[in-house]
Amino acid sequence: MTIIVYVPCDAAALALGADEVAVAISAESVKRGLEIKLVRNGSRGLFWLEPLVEVVTAQGRIAYGPVMVADVPGLFKSSFTTGGDHPLRLGNIESLPYLAKQQRVTFRRVGLIDPRSLADYQAHGGGKGLDIARTMTPADIVRAITDSGLRGRGGAAFPTGIKWKTVLETASTQKYIVCNADEGDSGTFSDRMQMEGDPYCLIEGMAIAGLAVGANQGYIYVRSEYPHAIATLNAALAAAGDWLGEFHIEVRQAAGAYVCGEETALLESIEGKRGIVRSKPPLPAISGLFGQPTVINNVITLASVPDILARGASFYRDLGVGRSRGTLPFQLAGNIKYGGLVEVPFGLTLRELLVDYGGGSRSGKPLRAVQVGGPLGAYLPETQFDAVLDYEAFAAVGAVLGHGGIVAFDDTVDMAKQARYAMKFCALESCGKCTPCRIGSTRGVELIDRIRAGQSEQIPLLRDLCDTMTYGSMCAMGSMTPYPVLSALNHFPEDFQ
Amino acid sequence: MVPTLNAIFANHQHCSGALLPILHEIQHAFGYVPDEVVPLIAKQLNLSRAEVHGVITYYHHFRRTPPGKHVVRICCAEACQSVGGETLAEYAKEKLQDSNTTLEPVYCLGLCAIGPAMQIDETKLHAKVTPEKFDALIDALGERS
Repeated sequence: MTIIVYVPCDAAALALGADEVAVAISAESVKRGLEIKLVRNGSRGLFWLEPLVEVVTAQGRIAYGPVMVADVPGLFKSSFTTGGDHPLRLGNIESLPYLAKQQRVTFRRVGLIDPRSLADYQAHGGGKGLDIARTMTPADIVRAITDSGLRGRGGAAFPTGIKWKTVLETASTQKYIVCNADEGDSGTFSDRMQMEGDPYCLIEGMAIAGLAVGANQGYIYVRSEYPHAIATLNAALAAAGDWLGEFHIEVRQAAGAYVCGEETALLESIEGKRGIVRSKPPLPAISGLFGQPTVINNVITLASVPDILARGASFYRDLGVGRSRGTLPFQLAGNIKYGGLVEVPFGLTLRELLVDYGGGSRSGKPLRAVQVGGPLGAYLPETQFDAVLDYEAFAAVGAVLGHGGIVAFDDTVDMAKQARYAMKFCALESCGKCTPCRIGSTRGVELIDRIRAGQSEQIPLLRDLCDTMTYGSMCAMGSMTPYPVLSALNHFPEDFQ
Repeated sequence: MVPTLNAIFANHQHCSGALLPILHEIQHAFGYVPDEVVPLIAKQLNLSRAEVHGVITYYHHFRRTPPGKHVVRICCAEACQSVGGETLAEYAKEKLQDSNTTLEPVYCLGLCAIGPAMQIDETKLHAKVTPEKFDALIDALGERS
């Protein structure tokens, strides 16, 4: 029997040396005359264990990690190819508590399969959603998505079914499906992992969206900082053959503008223009890409679609709490001991994620602040760690869940500096169309500089500026920059003295 | 230059909104987007030179001058800040001054659980970069000043 060894090709695993480990394993097997089949899978999302090598045995997939090149000869000596004992042996991958406790839906194939193999995808349940969708009317597909309670996973949490219904009911000979893969928020990497680890799931979701609204052309707009995701998507599309029928997908490389994650700026960018935010209305669902009705959804939203059709809307709706249905792949990042991807139904507390999964800070110092939802999300102090991970519960405490990115900071963090950074980032990335964002962000940096220099009488002015930005900006870039600024000011006033 | 440009234009003849894909290919071919190509792109796409110039200068990714022999990008976003990304960026700035390596900030490489993160020449990624690891990587490039 051929020995099957998995070494991830996920960018995070590569950054920790997975390619070098894969080469070393191949070379060592040749040297020893062992025939192995090396498969490059996605990452399981347990980053402190990457590069995580798995080998197929009668006892399931046995994991070893983190594996360095220097460990490879020793692994062979310990017969790791048959699951042999070794200091790096972790046991059956599925039994690791970090994974076993999760409830993976969108991510259930990520790390399990060869992302570039359609056959592997289909052998693990992929494609069923599209098969079912092909037997349904467009209205029934839209109804299934509405019934599932799926909301946009990019951050705005708008009900996906309503968006699709609007596009379906807007008459046009040309409609588009656009996937927003411009995952620019710091602390987020679930889109990247999904695209690199299970691209066909996203592709299938887009094809289903096409059937639902009557679109035959899709675009995936991927940030230029993700070259590996772009390569994987292109390879997967090239190998898709006629699986998608009349539906065509093109991958578009972004060019480093954070604001292009805003949906209308993204559409401008695909059209070949500067990524400047558009006025709404009209909604993209009515007049979107090239002026045509357009479904624009985040990667995780679209990748959630195949399972909703394959397993039924109620399967998805039965997970979660309140109006937050289904699961969210949370990303534990920053100064955290066990950082990685944790897909669970809504309803856990932030503390459970940070402590039970994350194991506290990487530095060993107490966690002082946690930013949830990217650069436009609020900083939460320790007293708010019991907030329930649910869109509405977070809104109730003046925070946002966003794309589910969680960045932890230990007690060395200077929150006034973080507030300044939020304004500076807004100044750097503002598209410049509206004044509160374009000018307000620069004035905000200056105000915080003065406050940090001891002029605390400027604080009311900073609050006033935040008020103007919140209510006067055209999009989330300007209107949400006050979230990190004001939360830092409100929860950590001692840092502003 | 012109034959390369014509080949790039031909690749995108039937592409809607072709400007960004064309600019990416040009930068891939030449390492930057030379000012001389602006009128040629404008003519090809039936745009004004101002429109093409506007797009090139809007996006951080496009550069109008040739980069150094290598391009090193260090993540300066929050997740990497929380584990010493700024210290690394300052260290790198000092180390790479007067070298033939271009240093750029980047706002998130999607390696937020294993920061500080760094990218060399667009595709090669490195995580948990300490000053010592940085030195070793730069030494391996043979470009340290």
